Amino acid sequence: MMNSLHIDASKCTGCLQCEMACSYENHGVFATSKSRIKVFDFHSTGRKVPYTCTQCAEAWCMHACPVGAIHEDKALGAKVVNETTCVGCKVCTIACPFGTINYVADTGKVQKCDLCAGKPACAEACPTGAITFVDASWTGLDRMRAWAEKLDTNAPTA
Amino acid sequence: MSWQRKILRVDLTAGTVTSEPLNMEWAMEYLGSRGLGTKYFIEEVGAGVDPLSPANKLIFATGPLTGTMASTGGRYTVITKGALTGAIACSNSGGYWGAELKMAGWDMIVFEGKSPKPVYLLVRDGEVTIEDAAEFWGTSVWHTEEHLKAKHQDPLMRVSSVGRSAEKGCLYAAVVNDLHRAAGRSGVGTVMASKNLKAIAVRGTVGVGNIRDPKAFFDASKAAKKVLADNAVTGQGLPAYGTQVLMNVINEIGALPTRNHKDVQFEGARDISAEAMAEKRPTDGKANLVTNQACFGCTIACGRISQMDKGHYTVENRPQYWGASGGLEYEAAWALGAANGVNDLEALTYANFLANEDGFDPISFGATVGAVMELYEMGVLTKEQIGIEAPFGSAKALTFLAEKTATGEGFGKEMGLGSKRLTEKYGHPELSMSVKGQEFPAYDSRGIQGMGLTYATSNRGACHLRSYTVASEVLGIPIKTDPLATDGKAGLVKAFQDATAVFDSAGICLFTSFAWSLVDVAPQLQAACEGDWSLENLNVVGERIWNMERMFNNAAGFTSKDDTLPKRLTTEPAKTGPAKGLVNGLDKMLPEYYAERGWTPDGIPTPETRARLGL
Repeated sequence: MMNSLHIDASKCTGCLQCEMACSYENHGVFATSKSRIKVFDFHSTGRKVPYTCTQCAEAWCMHACPVGAIHEDKALGAKVVNETTCVGCKVCTIACPFGTINYVADTGKVQKCDLCAGKPACAEACPTGAITFVDASWTGLDRMRAWAEKLDTNAPTA
Repeated sequence: MSWQRKILRVDLTAGTVTSEPLNMEWAMEYLGSRGLGTKYFIEEVGAGVDPLSPANKLIFATGPLTGTMASTGGRYTVITKGALTGAIACSNSGGYWGAELKMAGWDMIVFEGKSPKPVYLLVRDGEVTIEDAAEFWGTSVWHTEEHLKAKHQDPLMRVSSVGRSAEKGCLYAAVVNDLHRAAGRSGVGTVMASKNLKAIAVRGTVGVGNIRDPKAFFDASKAAKKVLADNAVTGQGLPAYGTQVLMNVINEIGALPTRNHKDVQFEGARDISAEAMAEKRPTDGKANLVTNQACFGCTIACGRISQMDKGHYTVENRPQYWGASGGLEYEAAWALGAANGVNDLEALTYANFLANEDGFDPISFGATVGAVMELYEMGVLTKEQIGIEAPFGSAKALTFLAEKTATGEGFGKEMGLGSKRLTEKYGHPELSMSVKGQEFPAYDSRGIQGMGLTYATSNRGACHLRSYTVASEVLGIPIKTDPLATDGKAGLVKAFQDATAVFDSAGICLFTSFAWSLVDVAPQLQAACEGDWSLENLNVVGERIWNMERMFNNAAGFTSKDDTLPKRLTTEPAKTGPAKGLVNGLDKMLPEYYAERGWTPDGIPTPETRARLGL
């Protein structure tokens, strides 16, 4: 079974535990500026939205890379940057429609979410269930269930 | 060691910025944030200093757990000699700014002197500069934060700043970060503005990485988060209702100070409660409360985000107040509401927005409004002097006074004196509901006896956050004690005061202590930091910090005579509720407390006590 990150923004409180977990996993420090997942705080509405790579099946970043530095981890479905091959040309950052692959000035390479080899640190750290790692084919299951629950099965049929 | 081991020293007079190593010997004895920042302050500043003179210093200090994954690890403390009190001041704030400073590579910033012109400090990791703030001076916190981010094209920058109230000398001005999180009390913002320092803009990319034992730290912080999640207060009550969960509870037990403490129960309490915030308004069909929000690293998320009724008289045709922003917490709802007899939730929310927008402490402000309303009803202050009719219960007077205080105009200048100086000026000092010049928060000490001792002995003037015995006396945490009894309260207050000093100094939020004791904090500190952070040592560290603060106050001229309460609380019995007929029994508790502390009958730490604590 392939899993994918599933984000339910309505549950996000803006605590940034996910950003800290991500930066620690990938850089060995708590540094929200190095995180591959970002929480956006829309102040005037009070909404907080975590956002990261959704691992496109046909990944623009992967196809755009001129040196083949991005490959697919077939088992995970993750598109993974090989830092040894990456030349920091940033073409992938132009290709990605969602902005979720970014250049890291310190290393001269790009970085993106790679699903932490199947145990995403952000999902593990999220205290509210806003970020979960679930069956990739059924990310809509909870939402379906919520709507199903609202159906009044006792309603008279016309 | 999860200190960064580096501090910034900013000489505003000379316009210089220097980096120096953190004094690790002191860190071992005072931990961080409140404790360590205060140690620096006391070593460097004479107790007799005028709070608003260039000789006073202003310290922004993070703790060892600030900027880590420890739950609520995002706090910082502003330490100075308080403008309102003349006592040691240490105001704590959440939001994101504190963690950003730590992630920029700094444990604290020490500001000294006074800039010849308005400036802000720009911190981008190790690159730190003093910048001209002429374009921001005279503008609000909200304006400053927005325009600093725009000027530097950095939406990820975090800003801590003061508003117009601080510039105009309001003695209870706050330092506000992230638009609506504040180091709120004692006038720390007033001191900041007196140095011509408008803001500190920070962007940190270095991160916090020097965890002593990462595996142990992740295990300990994870276990501690589970304790918070499983606890009814931190896991359910606070996220759902915020601190406002207390409004109806405290009213029912007859400890909700009402109309400048004339009453202990407010007939309008429900109208300004958490329940009311969640209900749909008849006017626009929307609730005041939009959502809850967390500060950095917090797995509780008690913060309130509110949205006003666009048709309310305060914001009609003023779209700048129509968006969601920081809503009412319990203390603010009480101070802006019950303390004045005002039950208009939208008016309270508006006044709270203004307190955030222009940086003033809603507790001291609201309590000062209460005193002004009492003076008005007595005929001492008139409509002509105030600028509006101001009887108890007038929402219009409340919001008028909030607007004036925000900008320091008209009667707002008088409001900015705080209740002690204002009531003295008009010949009725007995009407100031304050200790050491700082106004009471939202618990009447006739109905919760331990809070009387808490207020009287608080090192920063009346405050609930030095020893929140409400936890024990009302909520039964960690054990239930009788709120109407004085027996055993001396020991209870001491224990809460010492433990609180440790929570504050670690860089975590005191609200964790609804679920955590030091038993939960110790393993997190021990895993993150070098040194001995056993339970035994933490107890000593907390007591050491408390006594250090006390010794500064004694040196600044405070004596046991200042460990007192307004006579209203010790001579006028509660009129209603479970505490009916009771006054506060401070005279009984105080000598017991001094004995518990190892202080002389005059409230001075004995040589033996000082030696035991290494002071």
